[in-house]
Amino acid sequence: MVDQKRIDEATGTSTVGHEWDGIEELNTPLPRWWLWTFYLTIVWAIGYVILYPAWPMIHSATKGVLGWSSRGQLEQELDAQTARRAPTLNAIAATPIADLPTKPQLMQAAVQGGGAAFRVHCVQCHGSGGAGVKKLYPNLTDDDWLWGGDLATVQYTIANGIRNPDHAETRMSQMPAFGHDGILNPAQIADAVSFVRTLSKQEKPSASSARGGAIFAANCAVCHGPNGDGGRTVGAPKLNDAIWLYGGDRDSIAATITQPRNGVMPRWGNRLDPVTIKMLAAYVYSLGGGEKAPVLAATSAPAPTEAQPEGQGSNGKP
Amino acid sequence: MASPDDLTLASPSLYAARKGVYPKRIDGPFRRFKWLVMLVTLAIYYGTPWIRWDRGPYAPDQAVLVDLAHRRFYMFQIEIWPHEFYYVAGLLIMAGIGLFLVTSAVGRAWCGYACPQTVWTDLFQHVDRLIDGERNAQIRLANAPWTLGKVARRALKVAIYLTIAFWTGGAWIMYFADAPTLTHDFWTGQAAPVAYGTVAVLTATTFVLGGFMREQVCIYMCPWPRIQTAMMDEKSLMVTYKDWRGEPRGSTKKALAQPGAFGDCVDCNQCVAVCPTGIDIREGPQIGCITCALCIDACDHVMQQVGRPRGLIDYCTLEDVAAEKAGEAPRPVWKTLLHPRTLIYFGVWSAIGAAMLFSLGQRTRLDLAVQHERSPLYVQLSDGTIRNNYTLKVRNMETRPRRVAIGVSGLAGAELWTETGRRETATRRVELALAPDSVTRVRLFVAAPTTGPERQDFTIAARGLDGDPRGDSDIIQFDRPEEDE
Repeated sequence: MVDQKRIDEATGTSTVGHEWDGIEELNTPLPRWWLWTFYLTIVWAIGYVILYPAWPMIHSATKGVLGWSSRGQLEQELDAQTARRAPTLNAIAATPIADLPTKPQLMQAAVQGGGAAFRVHCVQCHGSGGAGVKKLYPNLTDDDWLWGGDLATVQYTIANGIRNPDHAETRMSQMPAFGHDGILNPAQIADAVSFVRTLSKQEKPSASSARGGAIFAANCAVCHGPNGDGGRTVGAPKLNDAIWLYGGDRDSIAATITQPRNGVMPRWGNRLDPVTIKMLAAYVYSLGGGEKAPVLAATSAPAPTEAQPEGQGSNGKP
Repeated sequence: MASPDDLTLASPSLYAARKGVYPKRIDGPFRRFKWLVMLVTLAIYYGTPWIRWDRGPYAPDQAVLVDLAHRRFYMFQIEIWPHEFYYVAGLLIMAGIGLFLVTSAVGRAWCGYACPQTVWTDLFQHVDRLIDGERNAQIRLANAPWTLGKVARRALKVAIYLTIAFWTGGAWIMYFADAPTLTHDFWTGQAAPVAYGTVAVLTATTFVLGGFMREQVCIYMCPWPRIQTAMMDEKSLMVTYKDWRGEPRGSTKKALAQPGAFGDCVDCNQCVAVCPTGIDIREGPQIGCITCALCIDACDHVMQQVGRPRGLIDYCTLEDVAAEKAGEAPRPVWKTLLHPRTLIYFGVWSAIGAAMLFSLGQRTRLDLAVQHERSPLYVQLSDGTIRNNYTLKVRNMETRPRRVAIGVSGLAGAELWTETGRRETATRRVELALAPDSVTRVRLFVAAPTTGPERQDFTIAARGLDGDPRGDSDIIQFDRPEEDE
């Protein structure tokens, strides 16, 4: 481009020397402080490079004399959070679990903390909202409990698990495989199904259910109770309500009698600390089905202590 | 690569040093108005946080308080919660349109009188005159070698600059916490680090921008002068040198010698001497002119002395300029102000203000937000009824404890209980005690018979039980299992 620098009449400033459709650009000098600002950014950059990680090397970047790292900062923040939470956790640890609901703030903290632990350890089976999985894992949000729904009982169940063969304190029971082992024949099982379905008023009494009543009394009532009220000492489900873990239709009940599932749950007492288990119990309790602790001295549900429920077990074993 | 032009054109410097500006003291109507504006704006700025306003025991008693820590904004009897931020947005829009209005009516009046940069620069220039003396003394001192006396004067001036800057930063933080408490905490080292940091930053910016950058901020850094040029039109007031009256310039002596050969401008340079941004208004409208009108005061003073009519430099619109050049009388000021553009701006501005005032008067201070828990959507209870869970956020925006009732309508056979209640005692409503000025979060369990539509809309409502029965309600879904299950 032909250099067409000239002095602009109005301002007395030189033009840059090029022109587009008659528009020219003035070569107005930059204010000097702007230059100093630029130098300042250079000084800042040098200081930054010295103080902070900057140059990428083969394995990692240069460390910087401050020794700052994002991982280190994260650790610091985690430590600070741990320290911040400590008083709350200590208070929860020091409060007997049955008294938690009387301290709303602690209870709220425990529910929050338990929710966080639930989302890590429990959602795989019980679902993110604790609703379980149909025909596989129990729903924790309803008002029906296999082993009991008060805080202490839930805590015990979480700590010791269900049907852990390697653990003496675990919740243990086993429903016989009536069909598979040949205790009852298919016709008897069908009669028992009829009777069970009259308990929950899904069917009207019939000849079949009358025959089933006798079978039930002989084989099932010992655990499930004569009226199908269930038995929490052995985790025998209530059969006269609307909730069916493994399904309440004829085929499902028949399948259960033929070959029961006898579901298991890991014990968490040896994996999680007692406060976390306590908070988990509070969270499960808060899902909507939490029960009041039995008023009478509990004969069925044991009263586990805070740290280790070991050696306290009077829970039902088969 | 020497270009032949280099021989003819002086090679321009890439960088220009700032030319010192030493405005002369002047008195006149505009200067007095500037004093008044400075007094009022600084009084508002420094004084507002100290105004008390009784709101009862549950709210701060500071009239204007931006309580970031607790997410509240107090302005006299108005309290704004974060979800009501649209009021603040409305105020900002009003401020924006207000600036449009002012600019289209009276040009860069914001720049000339009310802008903090202008007010603080003015303040610092008064400090200059106080310490270093008048314009000429200041120029002499600036060019003088660094003697002990100069060092002492400069040190004293910087100390005063820093004091003003520190009080400026110190006043700012008072808007964000209880002013007396914060003052005490600040001086006893107990205030939050962010308070000290804010004061340090604002002290530094005030010191640098007010003490040294001054007109450079307006000319190089501020976008507003450039935006304003787009808002001004031929009906906007500008400070104008009436060159058709003033040119050619000549001193009174020359004018006496050659009557009729010279215009009214006596080339006394007073308009340049008083200019706080160091420009020559006689070169025409320019970005450096903040329209503070001090040159009008200066010129009127001189015109009076030499016995010529005032207003050689004056507020004029471009239309006035054309009219005056054509020998017509300029339009009266009120007519220039009332042109369609300003009227439209004013209409929009006051409509927003009126709408905000109306909605402020109408708002209820009890608010309910309901969220349906989705995991699980419904729970079947052992007696066959269906329970849905909801998370309720009940905002009590009054500064007193309240009792409210939560009820439902449109859901037959519904029972309600909260996480602290029990189903055995559930009824069709629950009562809540709300702490003053707070959000209460409640999990609400709603059970209803299993017979009914799979998805059903119903209403959850909160209603005051203590005097003000107004409340809020939310329409939300109740879910039931699908039929085939």
